[in-house]
Amino acid sequence: MPVNVIITGRSRSFPKDVPPMPGSGTVLAGTAAADVISGAAKACLDFVAVELNNECLGDHIGLDADPIAARIVGFARFRLGTADPSNLIELVSMDWTDEDAVAAAKAAFEGGGFVVACCADRPGRIVNRLIRPYFNAVLRRLDDGLASAADMDKTLMLGLGYPEGPNALLARTGLADHHEVTAVLEGALGDNDFTPARRAQIAWQRASK
Amino acid sequence: MGVGIAIVAARAGFTVRVFDTSSEALDRAHEQTADFLKKSVARGKLSPSDRDATLARLIGSTRIADLADCEFVIEAIYENLTAKHDLFGQLDQVCPPETIFASNTSTISITEIAAGSGRADRFVGMHFCLPAQLMRLVEMSPGLNTSDETWRAAWAFCEALGQKPVATSDTPGFVLNYFLIPYHNDAIRLVEQGVASPADIDIAMKAAMGYPMGPFELLDLVGADTQKLLCDAMFGLTNEKRAACPPLIRRMIAAGHLGKKSGRGFHHYDDSKMFGA
Ligand SMILES: NC(=O)c1ccc[n+]([C@@H]2O[C@H](COP(=O)([O-])OP(=O)(O)OC[C@H]3O[C@@H](n4cnc5c(N)ncnc54)[C@H](O)[C@@H]3O)[C@@H](O)[C@H]2O)c1
Repeated sequence: MPVNVIITGRSRSFPKDVPPMPGSGTVLAGTAAADVISGAAKACLDFVAVELNNECLGDHIGLDADPIAARIVGFARFRLGTADPSNLIELVSMDWTDEDAVAAAKAAFEGGGFVVACCADRPGRIVNRLIRPYFNAVLRRLDDGLASAADMDKTLMLGLGYPEGPNALLARTGLADHHEVTAVLEGALGDNDFTPARRAQIAWQRASK
Repeated sequence: MGVGIAIVAARAGFTVRVFDTSSEALDRAHEQTADFLKKSVARGKLSPSDRDATLARLIGSTRIADLADCEFVIEAIYENLTAKHDLFGQLDQVCPPETIFASNTSTISITEIAAGSGRADRFVGMHFCLPAQLMRLVEMSPGLNTSDETWRAAWAFCEALGQKPVATSDTPGFVLNYFLIPYHNDAIRLVEQGVASPADIDIAMKAAMGYPMGPFELLDLVGADTQKLLCDAMFGLTNEKRAACPPLIRRMIAAGHLGKKSGRGFHHYDDSKMFGA
């Protein structure tokens, strides 16, 4: 039996087709996904996976253990700005989420051809927590004259085997989007390593005009 | 590290004097070089005659006076400013005035090392990547007193070695380590905070960004002990909190979980096979 996928509003994870996923569960994607969580959770399937953007799962189901919400997990398909979505699904659970529900959701996404990484319900999950301060540092050091954008990119590609340097990647996927994500994380984490770098602030201001 | 640089230069056709104060280190270097070149022949990357010629171009010595005919010296001794000043001070007496000096330092300022070399205008930073004999990147940085002529000559020499130079400024960690050390620390802090396991973080970063290795796979190769040294040097120089050594690294060192070399780091290793990720 394939997983039931309900898309309400625009989904960053599934802008086009959704691959068939095996299993007994519901995937709720799109900007209005959270509105239908409780109805889906009562349907007694193995899991309900709700799409997250920059918010946490706890924003939708609260922080306290609850037998119905114990089968709800959060997910986000990682996507940088305007780039196509990656193949990564970050699968979010609370410490009281039913382990079988997490395993069922993981198996469903993997069955759909995705790579799944599990994580706790924290702002930025895994990838944004790691790349945003890194990108901010790159943008700041570019201002400082550490090296040209091309030389910085070349160094990181030759030295670490990156497929694309961070400067080219940010230029391609949108500095304004970097601002949007980092500003949310700075608010949530209170950590100034997430304060959008000057170049991102300018891109954001110009995009908002 | 020095062995890899010597292989690069000899393979490119230069006669190389490999100087080390320790004769055991020289013997080890010779063995490692012969082993590496043997594998290059087996993989069809080098002909047997080129291997013999490359080996013949490498001349080991424990006497600094043997460097008197060198036109270019690349230093790769301990990461210690006093030791480097001491060595360059001696080299300045031994080598002709036109010889260019370079340091492979990862964290010390090129200008500061050059200041104790007696020839700050003929001094550059040349930071190779480990393993130098396989990695083409060299981060080149001028000190404040490096002359344009020296910079151009060193750049041309780097290209003649068959390497790919990139220009960076003389600031702590240059490009690669400046970004990599804090990024690795951020990943370690996610584990400390229980956000995700090393295996999940590695999976996520590879799938999301197309990186060939996850941060913990790379950290296990670098070694927890080396990561601590790098953090201490970088944090001491920059005072940036992301560069500060995470407590988990100290605990791992105390527990002997150094990484691949000790069989266990963030992942477990058995006969160099990787588990976890
Ligand atoms: N290991 C790395 O990943 C790496 C990468 C890039 C740059 N570097 C830099 O390369 C340098 C060496 O690092 P390493 O890891 O190879 O160190 P190491 O300790 O493994 O080797 C240093 C060698 O220098 C010799 N030595 C010490 N004092 C000497 C002297 N006065 N004269 C001649 N030989 C002397 C030692 O006997 C030893 O064989 C450091 O500056 C380091 O920052 C290291």
